[in-house]
Amino acid sequence: MSSETKQILTTDGIPLEVSLKKAEKKNKIKAFLLVAPLLLFLFITYVFPIGEMFTRSVDDKMITNMLPKTFKAMEKWDGKELPPEEVFAGFYSDYKVLIENQTQGKLGQRLNKEKNGFNSITKKLMRQIKRNKIDESQSIKEQIMKVHKRWRNVEYWQAIKRTAPPYTMAKYLKGMDMYFAADGSIAQVDEDRRIHRILWLRTLEIALFVTIFCFLMGYPIAHLLATLPMKYSNLLMICVLLPFWTSLLVRTASWMILLQQQGVVNDFFVMIGLVADDNRPEMMYNKVGTYVAMTQILLPFMVLPLYSVMKTISPSLMRAGKSLGGTPFVAFWKVYFPLTIPGIGAGCLLVFILAIGYYITPALVGGASGTLISNQIAYHMKSTLDWSFASAMGLMLLSGVLVIYWIYNKLVGVDNIKLG
Amino acid sequence: MSKNPEFVKFDKVDKSYDGKVLVVKDLQLDIAEGEFITMLGPSGSGKTTCLMMLAGFETPTNGEILLDGNIISNIPPHKRGIGMVFQNYALFPHMTVYENLAFPLRVRKIEKDEIDKKVDKALSMVSLNGFETRMPGQLSGGQQQRVAVARALVFDPAVVLMDEPLGALDKNLRESMQYEIKHIHESIGVTVVYVTHDQSEALTMSNRIAVFNDGKVQQLSSPAELYEKPVNSFVAEFIGENNTFNGEVSDISGDECKVKLSNAEILSNAISVKSKGEKTTVSLRPERALIEPTEKMDNMFSGKIEEVIYHGDHTRVRVNLLGNPEFILKVPNSTSNLELKVSQEIKIGWNSYDARALDPK
Repeated sequence: MSSETKQILTTDGIPLEVSLKKAEKKNKIKAFLLVAPLLLFLFITYVFPIGEMFTRSVDDKMITNMLPKTFKAMEKWDGKELPPEEVFAGFYSDYKVLIENQTQGKLGQRLNKEKNGFNSITKKLMRQIKRNKIDESQSIKEQIMKVHKRWRNVEYWQAIKRTAPPYTMAKYLKGMDMYFAADGSIAQVDEDRRIHRILWLRTLEIALFVTIFCFLMGYPIAHLLATLPMKYSNLLMICVLLPFWTSLLVRTASWMILLQQQGVVNDFFVMIGLVADDNRPEMMYNKVGTYVAMTQILLPFMVLPLYSVMKTISPSLMRAGKSLGGTPFVAFWKVYFPLTIPGIGAGCLLVFILAIGYYITPALVGGASGTLISNQIAYHMKSTLDWSFASAMGLMLLSGVLVIYWIYNKLVGVDNIKLG
Repeated sequence: MSKNPEFVKFDKVDKSYDGKVLVVKDLQLDIAEGEFITMLGPSGSGKTTCLMMLAGFETPTNGEILLDGNIISNIPPHKRGIGMVFQNYALFPHMTVYENLAFPLRVRKIEKDEIDKKVDKALSMVSLNGFETRMPGQLSGGQQQRVAVARALVFDPAVVLMDEPLGALDKNLRESMQYEIKHIHESIGVTVVYVTHDQSEALTMSNRIAVFNDGKVQQLSSPAELYEKPVNSFVAEFIGENNTFNGEVSDISGDECKVKLSNAEILSNAISVKSKGEKTTVSLRPERALIEPTEKMDNMFSGKIEEVIYHGDHTRVRVNLLGNPEFILKVPNSTSNLELKVSQEIKIGWNSYDARALDPK
């Protein structure tokens, strides 16, 4: 039994464990202080913004705060027929407060998003209240119902009730082209309005193909880099890295110069007679442009991890494979290739994850058919100012990346990744 | 069937990497079937290049290599059927021991049962049964080494090449592996071409040793002959320990010659000197010179002890003898040992037959 075993003491008579803890405490504190700024930095720049993004994406407190009495009264309402007098009274008094604070317009806009037609009927009600047309001693339900026939429609009251919870998944559904129907069930938007799903699929498709292209081009380059004599491989390494050091914008712009219809590549095709001068193919403002530019820009992210892995593979392994009777192909496929899988995994993961969230290049050369989900996020950030929707889509993108990472971990094992 | 004395034949092989320097010059070497031949030499002497040409990873710049009478210069490595053990073992790190050994059999499309049998046999040969499912990374250096040997032998190649296979092992393990490889060679009778720069390894294991220097075979003979009868100064110097005297032949008659040093004249065995007046380097093994010899010897001089180093089984004594302050003697550690002290004057004698007058250094 451990309690019966004799405690080990140091020469000074202090128990060994205590002494050890004391000796290590100082080092631990020092080590923690050393990493503390980084932890703080990570928290401020990573954990906090993502948390903020999440709350923003599900936040729906605005109406909850605007109509406290209404929702209190609605708790008893079954939501099937027109609500009872108390709900109308609650709504009336809440709305009066909003009018005094001059924030009634926001309510109208927000409710209008939930169901079309709210904007006009709330304005109409406001005018009635301002003119003191509502007699508080009589049934408020009757008076409000007279303001507009829509106030007599139960669907509008159901719409208000739907906005009651302070949190909503509606933005996420919208990101997948779905919405909460009047009865609270999840429904799909009309087929001709399903833009987001197309964008998600296109993003995945472009990221996948860019990853494949990068792999097909990067693998031989990395192999050359790893096997060429030093003086050539250094030169080649600079060729790989030079674009990497150039500004992203500059590189994208130079692709625009190359790929446009009157551009260098088209000129060359015309010169060698591949295409007619009046029939120049469009290589920009579509998927082709996005593929070409993104592959070139992301190539170093594939080459570098592959190179670092290939560098460690002893050339004698290939020789061993051949001397044991394997043809060069067999030696490559059975010996060399399996050993590069950690590099392939790292490179593909890196390129895919970067590609899935790529923004500038598709925005500049993508045109209508070559833009990605990140461009849509930016659009909502800058143009519609629907930040909660942008946040929701950003988080969907993030969770997509995490899912890919998880699948990758299951298939290859993250421990096998080698980045350098 | 008699053994083919020219099983592997290097016929006037030259090799140059850059078109300026020949790393292998006019190599003429016959290797008999079933022989254990070692290419020994300092680094950069061309021995590994020869091995790589035989394996097919390098092509001769000139000349031909023949395997069992067939020219193999144009056959790619994977069709030569030559087993090879590499310096760093080159085990496939992503395959188990079994898969490593099965690799050469699988590419030859041998049936599974047969593969199992052969792998089992090869593993028992290197006493590694039960290690089939281990990964190379889980094995010690010596075990990896043995797997590499087993893999090179498992497909019954006619020739096995070994490129400094024991270089990465510690001393004790290296010695036991030397015997193990030697025994494997004896039991299966495969032709082995072994490359090393470790002379004791070469002397222990080989039937014949080819000493390489400067792209040329300096001497090709059995270990005993190589040690006892080196044909030139390089070999004498490279194999074992060696005491040298530089001088000039003052008299020559048949096998014997007199060599005049700066302050004395010694009798020696004329090996590569032909006439009077030639410069020569006389080479003498340390164990052939005796301290205070009881019997009569035809070279007898006295020298001063400079240093005494105790080595356990023997004592090394450095003596300033005839103007050579680096003259080494090995005194066996017996009970009747002499009292040896620094700056003591002692008599040293040797037979002229053991002193070999070779080409001058």
